[in-house]
Order: sequence, then C-alpha cells, then structure tokens
Amino acid sequence: MSAGWVVAIVLAIGALAYFFAAQRARVQRDGTDRSKEVAHSLPTYHGWLAFIFATVPALLVFLVVSSISAGLLDSRIRSEVTAHIADPAAASLSIGIVRNASNALTQLDLSGANVPTSYAALRDMATSAGISLAESGEDYMVPLAAGVNADAGVHKLIGQGLTLLLALAGAALAYSRIRLRLRARNQVERVVLWSLLAASTVAVLTTVGIILSMLGETIHFFSDVNPLTFFFGTVWDPRFAAAGSSGSEGQFGLIPLLMGTLYIALVSMLFAVPVGLMAAVYMGEYASNRVRSTVKPLLELLAGIPTIVYGIFAVVTLGPFFRDLSAALAGGFSFIQAQSVFTAGIVMGVMLIPVVSSLSDDVITAVPRAMRDGSLALGATRSETIRKVILPAALPGIVGALLLTASRAIGETMIVVLAAGVAARINFNPFEAMTTITVKIVNQLTGDLEFNSPQTLVAFALGLTLFTLTLGMNVYALYIVRKYREQYE
Amino acid sequence: MTDAALPHATVATAASARRDFGLRRRHAAEFRFRLYGIVAIIIGLGFLAILLVSIFSKGYTAFVQTAITVPVEFSASIIDKDNERATNPRVLVSANYPIIARNAVAKALGVSTDDKAAMRDIAKFVSDGSRSTLREIVVADPSVIGTTRNVTLLAAADIDSANKGQIDLTVPQDKRKVSDQQVAWLDQLKQEGAISTPFNWGLLTFGASSRPETAGLGVALVGSLYMMAIVLLCALPIGVAASIYLEEFAKKNRFTDFIEVNINNLAAVPSIVFGLLGLAVFINFFGMPRSAPIVGGLVLTLMTLPTIIIATRAALRSVPPSIRSAALGIGASKMQMVFDHVLPLATPGILTGTIIGLARALGETAPLLLIGMVAFVADRPTTPLDPATALPVQIYMWANEAERAFVERTSGAIIVLLLFLALMNLAAILLRRRFERRW
Repeated sequence: MSAGWVVAIVLAIGALAYFFAAQRARVQRDGTDRSKEVAHSLPTYHGWLAFIFATVPALLVFLVVSSISAGLLDSRIRSEVTAHIADPAAASLSIGIVRNASNALTQLDLSGANVPTSYAALRDMATSAGISLAESGEDYMVPLAAGVNADAGVHKLIGQGLTLLLALAGAALAYSRIRLRLRARNQVERVVLWSLLAASTVAVLTTVGIILSMLGETIHFFSDVNPLTFFFGTVWDPRFAAAGSSGSEGQFGLIPLLMGTLYIALVSMLFAVPVGLMAAVYMGEYASNRVRSTVKPLLELLAGIPTIVYGIFAVVTLGPFFRDLSAALAGGFSFIQAQSVFTAGIVMGVMLIPVVSSLSDDVITAVPRAMRDGSLALGATRSETIRKVILPAALPGIVGALLLTASRAIGETMIVVLAAGVAARINFNPFEAMTTITVKIVNQLTGDLEFNSPQTLVAFALGLTLFTLTLGMNVYALYIVRKYREQYE
Repeated sequence: MTDAALPHATVATAASARRDFGLRRRHAAEFRFRLYGIVAIIIGLGFLAILLVSIFSKGYTAFVQTAITVPVEFSASIIDKDNERATNPRVLVSANYPIIARNAVAKALGVSTDDKAAMRDIAKFVSDGSRSTLREIVVADPSVIGTTRNVTLLAAADIDSANKGQIDLTVPQDKRKVSDQQVAWLDQLKQEGAISTPFNWGLLTFGASSRPETAGLGVALVGSLYMMAIVLLCALPIGVAASIYLEEFAKKNRFTDFIEVNINNLAAVPSIVFGLLGLAVFINFFGMPRSAPIVGGLVLTLMTLPTIIIATRAALRSVPPSIRSAALGIGASKMQMVFDHVLPLATPGILTGTIIGLARALGETAPLLLIGMVAFVADRPTTPLDPATALPVQIYMWANEAERAFVERTSGAIIVLLLFLALMNLAAILLRRRFERRW
C-alpha cells in the first residue's frame, strides 16, 4: 500500500466518522425535550470533531513513523557501507549505489530467495527491465539492499497498521463522546485557530529557512575559502574547468561583482527616478481625471511585464540599436557594446518607472491638503508649491521609496543575465560590459553541479550577501515610510 | 477687475509690468515643469510602445509555419524491404522515412533522385520532423505501404524563413543559409500550390528540439500549468488562513509584529534568493527531484504567499465592522462570524489578489533556473514529479539559441506568455468590477 492510499483511507474513515457522528448528534438533539435540555453545538460540529479525532493523530503518527523509518534505513546503509569503505567521498558514492540497488529490487519485485547473489547479475536483470544501475557496485551491496528493503517493509507494516488503528480508535472515541452538552464547537474552533496560527508562521519559517540554508552553505564555503579574500578580493576567477584538480582553487573576489551590481543599479536609478517621479507628480497634480485614468494603467502595464521579456528586449532590440547608433555617431567604431552597463541600466530603469511612480504617488498624496492650499493661497505657482512645499515635506517618504526601488534593482536577475554580460571586471566605462552578483549566482548554479565544490557553494555566499544587502535596505526603507506616514496622520 | 489681477503677464499694462515680481520667469518655470512631466510620461509610454511593437513585429510570424504538401510514395522497398512487418512490427518504426520524404519532394520538383548534390539540398529543404510525421501515418495504418498519398510535411526552418521573406536574397549565396537553387524550388512549389502556411499548432504542442521548426512550448505549458496549480493549491489556503489569523484573531504583541515585519520583508526579497532556498531545502535536504514542477511550484508558492497575504488582509479590512457586530449580535461565535460572514464578503478581493500573484509567479524565471528547470525535455510530463520546463524559462533557453528561426520563436513565445498574463489580469479586473462593493 502506498502512502497516498493510506492518506486516502484515513480521510475516508474521517468522512465516515463525520457522517455518523453528525447523525448521532442529530438523533440525540431531536430525541430530547428542548424545554429540559438544549444541545450545546450543532450536529455538524460534532461531525467535524469526529473527523479531527479520526484524521489528525493518525496522520501525525504516520508522518513521524515514516521519517523515523527513513532515518533508521539511512543509518543502516551508512554504517554498513562505511564498514567496507573508509574514504568518506567514496562511501557517499556507494551509499547512492545501494539506494539505487534497493529501488531496483523493489521495482523488479525481488525479495528473499529471489535476490541475485552478485551485483553484476542484479545489474543485468535491471538493465533488461529498463532500469539503469551504476557499474561500480560490489557484491556485498546486494544483500544489504535486500535487507534494507525487508526492514522498510516491516517499518511500513508497523506504520500503516498503527495509522489505521489510530484513525479507527479516534473515530470510535469521538463517536462515543457525543453528548448533548458536549462543547464540540469550542473544541473544533480551537483546532481551527491553531491551524490558522500555524499558517501564519509559514512566512517566518520561510525566512528562517532562507537564512539557515544559506548560512550553512556559506560557512561550508568559508571553510575552503578565506572570508577576507571573498569580501575584499578584486579578482573573480572561479576556474570551472579545473574544478576538482588540486592546486587551482580559483579566486572568488566579491568586489568586481558588487561594483557591477551597484553601477548598473545606479544607472537604472538615474534613469527611472526623474522619469518616474515627474510622471507621478504630473499625474497627481496636473493631469485631468480622464488622462490619469488612461495613462496610469498603461504605465502600470510596465510593472506587469515579466523581467525575462525586458531582458530579451535589451538583447534583441535595444542593445543592437545602441551599438549601431554609437557606430553611426563615432563614424564606424561602436563605443557602446551590445551588452553593457548602459543598456542593462536603461532597460532596468524602464522596468522601475512604474515602481518609482506608484511609490512616490502614495507618498505625495499623503502630504496634507492644507499645506498645498496654504502655499497656493500665498501666490505660489503650482510648480513652486510642488518643488518647495510638497516634495520637501514628502522627502523622507520618497527616500524610503527610492531605497525600496534600489533594492529591487540590486536583486533583479533576468535583465542583467541577458543584457549585462558575464565578464567580471572593475571598470568605470558605462558602455562596456560588467557583471552582477545575481548573474554569477545563476552562472555558478546552472548546468551539472557537483555540490560540494567551492565553485558551487560560492553562489550561496553571494546569495547571502545579496539577501543581507536588500534586507537591510528594505527594513530601513519600511521604517522610514512607516515613521513618515504616522507623522501626518 | 484690474489688470494686475489678470493671470498672464502678456496682457499686463506697462504700469503693472513694473510690479511684476518675475511673473514671466515664474510662469516660464511653471511651463517647463509641466513639460518635464509630460516628457516623463511620454518616455514611459514610448518605451512600452517600442517594447510591445518590437516583440509583436518579430514574433507574429512564429504563429504560422511553412508546410509542403506533396504526394508521398510509401514504397515497400524502402520501408520494409524484407517483407517482415507481419512478424516484426519494429521495422515500421525504424524504417528510413527521411529518404521517403526526400524522394517525394524530389519527384514533385522533377529532380532525379540520382543527383547526389541536389538530393543533399533537398534533404535540407524538408524538416527532419517529417520523419515522425510519416512514421505515425505508417504505424497507424500499415496498409498505406505501397500506395501514394498526399502528405503535408513541415519545411525546414531556413526554408520557412525564406518563405516568410526574412532572408535577404541580395546577399551572395554562400553567405546565407538558403541556396539559390532552394529559392527557385520554393518558387516552383509555390506556383504549383504545394506550399501553404497553416497556423503553427506545433509551437504550442511540441517539446524541446534542436531544430527550430519542431521546437515548441508543449512541455513548458504543461510545466507552467502544474506549477500554477500547485501555487494555487498551497498558497491560497495558507495565505487566507494566515491573513485571517493576523487580521481577526491575533493580539497585538511582539510575536504578531514579528510575523508582520517578516511578511513585508519577504515580499521584497529578490526572487533569486527563493531559488537558492529551493535548491538547498527542497532538492538537497528533502531530496526532491531536480527540474520537477513540484519543486518549482513550492518555490513559487513561498514567493507568492506575501502577495496573497497582503491582498487578503486588505480585502478583510475593507469589510465594515458593522457586519461583524451584526453577526456577533445574533449569537454567532467569532469563528462563525469570520467564516460565514466576513470571508464570503472578502472573496472577490482575495481572488483578485490571488490572480495577480499567480500572474507574477507565471512570469518568474530566475528561481526556476536554479532548481534545474533549464532542461532539454522533449516529452510532455505526466505528473508534477517529471522533468519539465516553464514558459519564461523556455523563452530564456530559446534566446540563447543562435539560429534565426529561434529568434522568431522566442518572440512568439513571449507573445503567448503576455497573452496569458493579459487574460489573467483581465479576469482580475472583471472580477473586481463585477463583485466589488463600496460600503
């Protein structure tokens, strides 16, 4: 019986429990004189209570037994393999082979006396059934795999039996507890409340998961590479080809990537901030309702376009256009490369226009009407009111909005992967290619991975750096925005 | 009314001009300021227009595909020369179908099959995908062997480009992918009415292929569909439950504050970080398969969750307190009040937020690259555990291909993606219009 069936049967028991419990509660309610005693809960609550009794403990036990069983089997394979092989790297390979062998045995439905005695025989049988096994298995692995399968079978029997027994017992208990005055609704509601609380902690768990997983891999990485040479190194040269061979560690300097990231973000902000801010001001202060109601959704379309589309736009249209334009201007020599800081920055800036404009729109409309009216009444023109009264009043909020935008620019991936290039170097010419942290994370982690090499682990160190950077900016920005909003409320 | 009260300095008299406190200059500044605003909006809208026009003008041709309809002779001497198909049906699968396709085109063009050079050109004229087209016909009905019938074969990608007029024929022959001979053949077949350009269903159904004319979005569409289903099934219940707790039940304390700050921050975490999380936790720690939509779906769920929570909380907040008081007043418990009265009224808002969150998840690429969804998958996945790609990832993979025909398909795929997004956003807008209530 597979896990899916067990869950389905438990749920079916729960459904039956619901039906019969509700029925019993209904009969009890209808059979008593309302003037003497009144039922506490509706029959459906008794039904739900029975459902919870039948399913929740059973499924929890099933989960616990399954994970304990997985752990036991794992440690059995590990201890027997390490008894044969001392070298940890070779042992982890062999553990994988044993796992595959035991899967193959299950798929071929072999157990007990049917199990072949040699690995080669097993491999032949597996190959003829269309299952591929590694060549380098040894004979001791076959009985081990068969033994593990036998253990797994026993564990499965215990776990499934216990689960089904618990489901039936829970249903019976709930059924027998049904009384007119049983506070079934309160009990059901308590369970629901706890599950609501559990759902709201998923966000926290995600954050914890992000930090723990990246921190773990980063510490692993720093055991190979000195943190100082990572954070202050100026050369990025991970040497993919030579991975594994000794003496060519590669250099993992963060500085060129960080500079590329910040440079591209700067160019995009230089483009997006004036355009976005002016668009927001114009739509908020000058545009008629009709213009606003058509232009605003159109600008927001820019925010709905996936970043991969912007990236392709940069590579296919804008990059070649800038290159040809610069060639025409300079008479043949194109000083803007097709992949460059400039192209990536402009395209990212276009993406950020709606972000800047909607964030600053919120901030500007939060400035009290009285300040605006006061300034206009004193004879200031509208632009003077905006420049000298509204914008200074909104400044902290705008700074917060700009920080949020900048953190978007720093964490953006697809546009720079396609438009910025992969050359990690320090350079101040915006018309040449540079690369970013996000590009290198993608580069290091796509393709075939060997998970324990520094070439792969460095991606997690980069990711943690990126996460810390953007988190700091977001927390500070949210703090500013919130503080500012309270100021006028 | 005096002259000085008139708004414009242009009509001011000489006397008021002396009392003009730089009004002309100030109004000019006002005019300039307005102009900057208009220019900013024009820049924004201009880029939107350029982007859409460039994508659509490059991509719309991907929706038709050149096909050649020729009489094909299913000659028994090529397919089954030892006449053993009754005992060994595998001969029908492994027969040399490209030769049959080549011979058919050669016959239609009046080229001798002995002309080796011409036959090489013809081999590049029809798509390699005609192999499976012919195989399917024969395997489905072996009685076709020995007869001749009209079959529509796909043209090769370069011929397709030439037929769509995308290849500059003034370039010398050896610098372009299509020879003069092939162009002449194309014209000849056109005159005979053998060339057609039907709607390119293959773009929506084929899997990955190194040949542009047989590469399609089939695998990517199924993968994206699975992922959207997983996001919907996981993120919607969890998001709604979390919002209900935070909005209706949570007491204002440190822990609640902490959860709220967390949700706001998660909404701003770069998407690639979620990819790293998926790689380290789902694939490495829990041992889930790489390239599988289930992992992609879970990563996108975590990414979409903050969007859904924020939208749901706003929707719950917009239900007026009088509804809550009324429910409590007639004896409902707090839980009954939330689930029977507040939640139904908040549903349109929740669904709108969910659709917008799904639309964003559909266009997300970066985290999927890290969990290995950049794979060459030719067969459509049957379960969420099978390897697949996703729509935006397929676009990224095609963008890295060098061939001319893939550029067209990249833009075509973007059009498909944008259409899906437009439909989802339209649904959200209609939902809001139809069900939104103002209290």
